[in-house]
Amino acid sequence: MTTPYAIELRGISKRFGAVQANKDISLQVPAATIHGIIGENGAGKSTLMSIIYGFYEADKGEIDIDGQLTHIRNSQDAINAGIGMVHQHFMLVENFSVLENIILGAEGGSLLKEGVQAARKELQRLEEEYKLDVDIDAIVEDLPVGLQQRVEILKALYRGAKILILDEPTGVLTPQEADHLFRILKALKEQGVTVIIITHKLREILALTDNVSVMRQGEMVAHRETALTNKEELAELMVGKKVRLTVDKSTAQPTDTILSAKNVSWFDEQGIERLKNVSFDLKAGEIVGIAGVSGNGQSELLNVLSGITPLSSGEIHFNNEIITTTNTKNPQQMRELKMAHVPEDRHKMGLVTGFEAYEAAVLGYHDSPAYNGKVLLKRKAMQSECLERMQKWDVRPPNPYLKTANFSGGNQQKIVIAREVEQNPDALLIGQPTRGVDIGAIENIHEEIVKLRDAGKAILLVSVELDEIMALSDRILVMFDGAIVGEVSAKDADEKTLGLMMANALNEDTQTGAQA
Amino acid sequence: MFESLILILDATLRVSTPLIFAALAGLYAERSGIVDIGLEGKMLGSAFAAAAAATFFGSAWIGLFFGIMASVFLALLHGFACITHRGDHIVSGVAINTIVAGLTVTLGLYWFDQGGQTPSLVGAERFGPITFPFADALADVPVIGLLYSELLSGHSVLVYLAFVLVPVSAWIIYQTRFGLRLRAVGENPHAVDTAGINVAAIRYRAMIICGILCGIAGAYLSTAHNAGFLKDMSAGKGYIALAALIFGKWRPMSVLLACLLFGFLDAVAVRMQGVEVAGIGQVPVQAIEVLPYVLTVLLLAGFIGKAVGPKAVGRPYVKERS
Repeated sequence: MTTPYAIELRGISKRFGAVQANKDISLQVPAATIHGIIGENGAGKSTLMSIIYGFYEADKGEIDIDGQLTHIRNSQDAINAGIGMVHQHFMLVENFSVLENIILGAEGGSLLKEGVQAARKELQRLEEEYKLDVDIDAIVEDLPVGLQQRVEILKALYRGAKILILDEPTGVLTPQEADHLFRILKALKEQGVTVIIITHKLREILALTDNVSVMRQGEMVAHRETALTNKEELAELMVGKKVRLTVDKSTAQPTDTILSAKNVSWFDEQGIERLKNVSFDLKAGEIVGIAGVSGNGQSELLNVLSGITPLSSGEIHFNNEIITTTNTKNPQQMRELKMAHVPEDRHKMGLVTGFEAYEAAVLGYHDSPAYNGKVLLKRKAMQSECLERMQKWDVRPPNPYLKTANFSGGNQQKIVIAREVEQNPDALLIGQPTRGVDIGAIENIHEEIVKLRDAGKAILLVSVELDEIMALSDRILVMFDGAIVGEVSAKDADEKTLGLMMANALNEDTQTGAQA
Repeated sequence: MFESLILILDATLRVSTPLIFAALAGLYAERSGIVDIGLEGKMLGSAFAAAAAATFFGSAWIGLFFGIMASVFLALLHGFACITHRGDHIVSGVAINTIVAGLTVTLGLYWFDQGGQTPSLVGAERFGPITFPFADALADVPVIGLLYSELLSGHSVLVYLAFVLVPVSAWIIYQTRFGLRLRAVGENPHAVDTAGINVAAIRYRAMIICGILCGIAGAYLSTAHNAGFLKDMSAGKGYIALAALIFGKWRPMSVLLACLLFGFLDAVAVRMQGVEVAGIGQVPVQAIEVLPYVLTVLLLAGFIGKAVGPKAVGRPYVKERS
């Protein structure tokens, strides 16, 4: 007799229209273990977990929970079967208190009063047992993301979850917060909870899990015991070919300063200082990376530099032009000065997803005579140019008439990057170049960025992915709370130091490198 | 002076009543995430159905029942468009308003042949005033007589019902499981769905409550406030109720105050008709009637506090495709 698995999947398939999101998936997760599921974006991990959590119904296949065949038609069934899920984007009502969020759906009676007392007691017990300190009367939107995530975990445990699924749990956390989360998950495991964690970060899989399953293009391609595998093998399984985790690049040969920010500050509508005295120089032929936990002023910096928002004080020197509070430049004028900008969020700012690719490929440069006749757009020219670029940048499918929304994330990103780069700018601001892009395309995009640098362009890279910052940058600036709190050269940088700097946890005397 | 104030307040109660019902109706809908610009149409539809049924059956209560049925039907239609088929809430609401405005008159002409009106309601076909004990006896006592006999006593049962429903709604929304889920579904339906609760079911329930309340509002107009249905008799009250809902920041007690304020302005406007004000001359009625809208616009522009509605309002709920 073997002990039954906490969860066993047999032959799960799910199709969305033409896309086979999950194909004949089988998975066995032993009880009280941490099981990693790893795969590229779009490999079908989230779909699979959504099926287990009853968000979608599988077209085919069976699910056993604790050896019992279980039909999960909706989230309520999943909850009843002891499954809890922490979604990538938290499923919390932001203006509710922690308590209200936790009891939602498990109120324990038609009047709230009845359930609340019992819930308080139970939550206190859970918090103590699993070391999950949260003020249960706080309003969720006032809590930092790390705590909001704990609320999600508590929510699942309160419903009696014995199997906890976490979807990309560390995407929004600092390395320190992530470590804390891992300690919590290990404590949960010791208490007999089975944890399934979905991620595309190899480091986390190796640090945390007992077993790991690899998904690729909707299929489960391998199961490994974590202790018997390594980063290289997993990465290869994920993409199906050998990948480099570092970018091949020579030492930078920086020349003249192209862009320099001098004490740039920016206040938002509420009068809060979002950028605090930011100063740095960017030279031709170098890549400067801005590291930081998302929301510490990186987006605001990109907006100010690209002309989207005017600065509140300070100066920006760019190509002999001095931009101040009185001499402002809008994004179009910045582009004319040869500053290109790949925005962080391609859906919101980089593309019009309802446009066909050839239309999206000229956005921002649409006034250029290359695309404009006297009255009408030169559609033929736009289309043939778009096709040319698509071939050069390996955009798939190379179809200028396809709506941008129908390209995968990586290909959308290539359309945006190609648009900005092909205008031959002097400086390139690039935000989250590989967010939501799969590994094959990441490699490709990274190579192009390095090529640009070697062609003498000045590149400012903003990314929340430390790996990316460390692989690409020649110098790294760290932002915290709207200010640049440190600078390290790429060869001295390691994850731990950067992580501490990102949380502003370093003491002044141990801080390496000069203040920028 | 005191007497005319009492008379204005008395009128305020009467004209506020349909606003209170309709604004509460809108409150349930919007708290669940459904924008309901169709309050106006539901009220008008109910006013017609109530008056027609009251004429036919000779009972205001049966009229009320039919009014509610008509309004609930329209609310479910709105729900079907917005919840099941994820249509645009405004388009569906405007469509309902337009259809009802035409349909009531057309049916009225066909059935009653009185230029689109229903026959005048008399006796038990209307909701008559309820006289409180000793109201007649106390009527001549100074101050108390006016307050008790004139202001508090002598309204139809629906007026009192409106004022009872406000605290009841507050209790439902803040103290019950349904209320918690209702508020959650208007803020973040994804959170509700993943908590194992059926989003559509909550929203449909909210629409049924919305329909019932609008139905009472409409029946009040034709069978209590007036004696019969008149073409377009809701006269923008649905929109004023929506303004009151925003002005009251989607909270029952504040919404009540907003309805009373707007009702008061309406009562004053009627009172000021043709009255010479020293130094100004005649104040145009329209100048006062426009105030609710002006106040609401000022509120939304941020001059009077801040109005933040339920976050998911007006957005169809679609499960994310990962």
